[in-house]
Amino acid sequence: MEAASVAARQPGRRRSKGLSERRLATAMMTPSLVVMALVAAYPIAYAIWLSLNEYSVRVPGLSRFAGLKNYTTALGSSEFWSAFRDTFIFTAISVSIELILGVAFAMAMHQAFKGRAVLRATVLVPWAVLTFGAGLLWRSIFEPDLGFFPSMLSALHLPGADVVWLGQDGYAMAVMVFADVWKTAPFMALLLLAGLQVIPDDVYDAAKVDGATAWQRFTRITLPLLRPAILVALLFRTLDALRVFDLPFALTKGANGTNTLSLYAYQQLTANRIVGLGSALSVLTFVIVMAVSFLYIRFVGGNIRALAEEG
Amino acid sequence: MGDRARGILMWLAVVGVVVFCLFPFYWLINTSLKTGSDLNSASLVPPNLSFDNYTSIFEDSNFTKALRNSIIVSAMTTVCALIVGSFAGYALARLRFRFKFLLLAIILSITTFPPIAIAAPLFKLWTDTGIYDTIVGLIPPFLAFTLPLTIYILASFFKEIPRELEEAALVDGATRFQAFRRVVVPLSGPGLVTAGLLSFIWAWNEFLLAITLTSSPNARPVPPALAFFTGSQKFEVPLGTITAATVVVTVPLVILVLVFQRRIVAGLTAGAVKG
Repeated sequence: MEAASVAARQPGRRRSKGLSERRLATAMMTPSLVVMALVAAYPIAYAIWLSLNEYSVRVPGLSRFAGLKNYTTALGSSEFWSAFRDTFIFTAISVSIELILGVAFAMAMHQAFKGRAVLRATVLVPWAVLTFGAGLLWRSIFEPDLGFFPSMLSALHLPGADVVWLGQDGYAMAVMVFADVWKTAPFMALLLLAGLQVIPDDVYDAAKVDGATAWQRFTRITLPLLRPAILVALLFRTLDALRVFDLPFALTKGANGTNTLSLYAYQQLTANRIVGLGSALSVLTFVIVMAVSFLYIRFVGGNIRALAEEG
Repeated sequence: MGDRARGILMWLAVVGVVVFCLFPFYWLINTSLKTGSDLNSASLVPPNLSFDNYTSIFEDSNFTKALRNSIIVSAMTTVCALIVGSFAGYALARLRFRFKFLLLAIILSITTFPPIAIAAPLFKLWTDTGIYDTIVGLIPPFLAFTLPLTIYILASFFKEIPRELEEAALVDGATRFQAFRRVVVPLSGPGLVTAGLLSFIWAWNEFLLAITLTSSPNARPVPPALAFFTGSQKFEVPLGTITAATVVVTVPLVILVLVFQRRIVAGLTAGAVKG
């Protein structure tokens, strides 16, 4: 439709100088596609090849084809499954909290007419702080005895002052979730605020006239109309959480129930120099993340397709 | 609920959000201004205000080199992303060609790639080709990860520019590419600022690829360099210098983000509201 009307408006365009439209499009798309093919697609294919080989520890460069052996090793190891479990626990808890806080922050920003500019500026600050630097800061805040958090708990005579926060399973995960929530709940709020701003006020006015309570207006109007924004924000956040690396690296180096898939694969690759197994773990991480994003896109598929057609 | 009660609740919510977001940032600055045993104190202001951490990081060539590397890598990534991305963005926004939807879907799918999946093969490829542990070696993978968002933001921006302006240039005898370069690009300042800032911030923050593809202070950007800061004693985290370095690399970003907050929010939410 649009293309036809454009063509009708400019009948002389085909005769204009320069490359034909299709050739120009090819020329303009090529640099981007080449970069992505060389530095994203080809390495993935190469990672799959590396993961199908065994490498000698003694003789560098010596390798032989091993089939799926690295995969059976990976899938048979308890470390892989504990990294898998930790990654999904981290993702489920942190993304849920971020969604709830994100909706709450977004509603506060949407309502607060006087403070909106200040709030909008404020929530961007955590997003701009270097993630790895923030992780190291959190580690110091939760340091036993001397860190700010345990000191504060003991000053207020609250329980938890003598807990070694980053030294125990569960507690270490709680710190990692908290650090992630601080960094990204504000980002979630901004995505959702944009969604709230497109809901027309008269929908709420009509509901008020009909006697709907504030809670009913929230559950029957806000949430359903916010659904597309929520799904996109959830997709972004879930994929980021599944790939988390900086935070466990800074906080615990993966100890105490906080090893994630990316960090575990990294450790096998670099510290242990097990290229075959490390590559198999990287490929498994890739497959898991792609599978989750595929499932998501099945949910929001229409939304993304609409974006693409528009964009 | 009365208006007064609502107002008070609203204020509490606003104060809560501000404290939640800013207190850790304040604590970062607070810690960076403490030295020695004060670093272990939980006091809300530095007991003895000291800028020693700042003087010591700027005397440490590991940090100054890392800062230089971060600036070069992030700036080069951003410039390349804007040039290459504006071509693709224009083609997607304005030109008719086959497989447009498929290509856009492929480009956007790159954003879902876990960097770990390309870290191992790139480590091997870069070692074989000799660009392992160089600044240049970081730019292509950074570019691959920043291009999708750059292309997406620029394409949405180009769509908003009235076609009539380009058509006027075509009537005057310009080629399509000249119309893009002389008419569309100069009108796209705000879009370029948004896309440029987001890709700069991404590159500035990147940790996994940066730590995998570098091994010496000559090529290491700031985030991985922080992991190699050494304390006065072994196993001690050099908290003072780490927080000072984090403040030095974060404050310019915070200022940029606050100055351009409207543009950044528009860029970040470009994908979230429509549909």
